[in-house]
Amino acid sequence: MIYYVGSFLLIAIGLYAVIVKKNLIKILIGLNLIASGVNLLIISVGYIKGGTAPIFSRAGLNAKMMVDPIPQALTLTAIVIDASELALAVAFVVLLYRHYKTLDIKKIRSLKW
Amino acid sequence: MILVSWILIVLMIGLAVLSIELKNLIAAVVAMGAVSLIISLLFLLLQAPDVAMAEASIGAALTMAIYIIGVRETERSEK
Amino acid sequence: MIRKIVYAIFAAIIVIALVMFFAAYPFGANKMAVGTYYLNHGVAQTGAANIVTSVVLDYRGFDTLGEVSVLFAAAAGVAILFFMLGIGKKERENLTKPNFVVRVGSRIIFPFILLFGTYIFVHGHLTPGGGFQGGSIIASGFLLLYLSYPGTRVNRGGLSIIEGLAGLTFVVLGLWGLFTPTDSFLYNFLPKGLFNTLVSAGILPIIYIAIGFKVASEFAGIVDDMMCEVICRGGEK
Repeated sequence: MIYYVGSFLLIAIGLYAVIVKKNLIKILIGLNLIASGVNLLIISVGYIKGGTAPIFSRAGLNAKMMVDPIPQALTLTAIVIDASELALAVAFVVLLYRHYKTLDIKKIRSLKW
Repeated sequence: MILVSWILIVLMIGLAVLSIELKNLIAAVVAMGAVSLIISLLFLLLQAPDVAMAEASIGAALTMAIYIIGVRETERSEK
Repeated sequence: MIRKIVYAIFAAIIVIALVMFFAAYPFGANKMAVGTYYLNHGVAQTGAANIVTSVVLDYRGFDTLGEVSVLFAAAAGVAILFFMLGIGKKERENLTKPNFVVRVGSRIIFPFILLFGTYIFVHGHLTPGGGFQGGSIIASGFLLLYLSYPGTRVNRGGLSIIEGLAGLTFVVLGLWGLFTPTDSFLYNFLPKGLFNTLVSAGILPIIYIAIGFKVASEFAGIVDDMMCEVICRGGEK
């Protein structure tokens, strides 16, 4: 319950940074916050009250009392993709800074809106 | 258990607001790494240990290092 | 001002989505459809104790192959961007040397980080963890080495060879499944072995070890590119 509220707030804060902020690094931080919020939302959808992790590490664990494994598998791949894509984005920001000598998107003409 | 998750989520939202409002970009990036670390604790509470390990090692360590190198190559503070 | 208005519209959409979400998906209830099948049949069909591993590598193995290629594309993109930046570099910067405790401590702890990462991805089918986690732990060990000894360079040729061999292992093991009687890509053709022991679950541990090496070498390559921008300006790449 509180997890849903927390993840939606995280997405809202990230969207605020992406839309309102003018610094490129702040926009990237906002994108990272959106990604984390979406991951938290997907994992909390798969949670079952009183469930255990989906690992049969010892005998006596019941498959009926386990949380959903599919959101966990999806999120596991999403986290790795996020990290590599954001590294590429940081490389683009460094390239833009070398060219325009500023991080302010108001001064970078091709990104103005 | 429920109290722990409330405290962690309030802390997480506070750090997220801090990470987009701080003028010092290094401090903002460190706050973002702290958000990732708290999210990995929440994954552990939600019975997802695989995802918690991935988030702690990738989201909190490697992403933060890459951002800090990026900030070092550009500007330290937001004007 | 227009940005604030756009954000207000998005915030309204988020609030509506939250309400709809609460109504449609109650927190903590059992909403599984496909997951039940995987939980009930995963152990018998794949032989892995960790059901997340068997979903990532067996049922959805093809998606993981795509994901590893996206990771490769991103790492190659970072390398290409910084190669383009190489024109007109400034002179080499002299970084301050870290103090004695950091240097000696990182030298002591680095082999243990490598060992821990290897443990994580070798036991990926039994305990939480796997190739992605173990690989990134190893890459953060390399990051520690870079921070405590400025001027370190890893052997990029060796990293490329490891990365290529790991990717090749994944694809060859997948293609091998086409020549078994089932004719399916990434078919688990090896014997399952005794459940919950280290040598079990057929090809899954081999694929996870390959993914671990691939993720470790790719993230180490990204970190190397970024650190090279700081350290070795003006030098050769």
